[in-house]
Amino acid sequence: MHIRTLAQLASDLRARRVSATELTSHFLERIGRFDPALNAFITVTAEQALAQAAAADRRLANGTATLLTGIPLAHKDIFCTSGVKTSCGSRMLDNFIAPYDATVVERLQSAGAVMLGKTNMDEFAMGSSNETSFYGPVHNPWNLALVPGGSSGGSAAAVAARLAPASTGTDTGGSIRQPAALTGITGIKPTYGRVSRYGMIAFASSLDQAGVLTQTAEDAAMLLEAIAGFDERDSTSLDEPVPRYSQIVNEPWDNITIGVPESFFDSGLDADNAAALRAALAQFEKLGARLKSIELEHIHLSVPAYYVVAPAEASSNLSRFDGVRFGHRAAREGHEDLLTFYMRNRGEGFGAEVKRRILTGTYVLSAGYFDAYYLQAQKVRQLVSQDFARAFAEVDLIAGPTTPSPAFGLGQKTSDPIEMYLNDIYTIGANLAGLPAMSLPCGFVRNLPVGMQLVAPPLAEARVLKAAHHFQRATDWHQRVPATYA
Amino acid sequence: MRRGSLNVLRYPNRLEIPVLSAEDIRRLCRLARLEITPAEIADVSAKLSSIVAMVDQLQAVDTVGVNPMAHPLDRPQRLRADAVTDVDQHELYQRNAPLVERDLYLVPKVIE
Repeated sequence: MHIRTLAQLASDLRARRVSATELTSHFLERIGRFDPALNAFITVTAEQALAQAAAADRRLANGTATLLTGIPLAHKDIFCTSGVKTSCGSRMLDNFIAPYDATVVERLQSAGAVMLGKTNMDEFAMGSSNETSFYGPVHNPWNLALVPGGSSGGSAAAVAARLAPASTGTDTGGSIRQPAALTGITGIKPTYGRVSRYGMIAFASSLDQAGVLTQTAEDAAMLLEAIAGFDERDSTSLDEPVPRYSQIVNEPWDNITIGVPESFFDSGLDADNAAALRAALAQFEKLGARLKSIELEHIHLSVPAYYVVAPAEASSNLSRFDGVRFGHRAAREGHEDLLTFYMRNRGEGFGAEVKRRILTGTYVLSAGYFDAYYLQAQKVRQLVSQDFARAFAEVDLIAGPTTPSPAFGLGQKTSDPIEMYLNDIYTIGANLAGLPAMSLPCGFVRNLPVGMQLVAPPLAEARVLKAAHHFQRATDWHQRVPATYA
Repeated sequence: MRRGSLNVLRYPNRLEIPVLSAEDIRRLCRLARLEITPAEIADVSAKLSSIVAMVDQLQAVDTVGVNPMAHPLDRPQRLRADAVTDVDQHELYQRNAPLVERDLYLVPKVIE
């Protein structure tokens, strides 16, 4: 039952081959059995899940069901869920019970989906290995000694181990695509503004975007269709119609041109990853795609530009956590003044990586440095974005690696932040430019899954989902499941 | 090195690595409202210095005439009518507050 895709489960539910309650119980049982070793969940909402499943069964019986009614899902713990702890992976919000639902959560709930629980993540989504979580690291289902990637590491591990058929995630610099690649699943970050950010705890507001982690591109199309679209509660939400992604992916293949930035194949990329990627590109050619070498002249500057822009926005967004209205308050008595009181609450509530990013942001925004760092980074962001626009005048999609290597060891990169930041070297560009991008399994290297990234022009989610779906009809990388969880 | 090469990141352009002193770190912590223990300062200083060195390669980029990009959306921010749409939910919101009395958020008594 757990090796079925969303599309298959939806048809099982409609044909009454399985009830929503049976399905939910099955996944809750798997979470109970496997999650102690994986640590993919921060909170399991078993009671609510069974109540939602019972309601879904009633809808399935009375004919008011949608395609997602009765489908169990896991939500990244960055999405506010009314009445349920929403920690964002931080001690700061360890005691925070969200007073309302994020739009993403609300839309899936009204479609009848069942929430299994809230998944582990890097603290405030700041990390590429899930090791900065206050709740401990998540383990990669392919090898428990390795990281699952981050920051949506719990959402990725849960789907890879089939503890949930699909999950939600967020992506500020690669946080959906990178863990999807390292755990052998499919993940999409839509166009900036495509999915509402309302109720999604902010990290870097001009980069953050919600998306989904699934077993297949077809499933991603189904879920994205449910969460995308205008929301007046998010002032950056795009007021554009949402195409029927789930239908479009099944339309016949177009003869698209795929751009391949040759600089992505420099020595920074693991040689075996590069070989797997070349084979996947050859597969696209077999499907009828034309490959074209392209150059993204400023892409190598996306990591430094990102590590100015994202921390600057984070330092501002995270200033709301003061331990007065909500969040962690230090137990210590005898604050000599209010400043010390705030500093203690924040010093205790935030972990080391979050503090580093807040301090980096404070530094680049401080008097005398603003123009040299922040303004200059915004100009470089413009150059990176213009490179993509120029490339998309000639190609329909851009393909490349999602990560420089397969999953790495727990603790292997924690002592050097720059080493960790370079994991997102291929993914950050799409965030700076606000473009839709996805990662799909494209091979195995040393028994570990590797991902291929496809980037599309603004609002061309349907194009990238369709290309990925056709690729998955011709390959079986996405169907591999680690033996323990099969 | 070839333009567009991703390897450039491993070799920041500037030879001199900026070092943020303990006093710099303490000043940043005050600005950011973050308490830091004396034991943490050396590590924070070393790591922050390496991050600043990495982002410093932006200085070498020619951006004359380039418009800064604050946001990916190439359209004006949507505005809404200047009308109250929220209902009063202070009791619900204050449930998450560490200390509340008579609808007021409390902080410890301080004498300045």
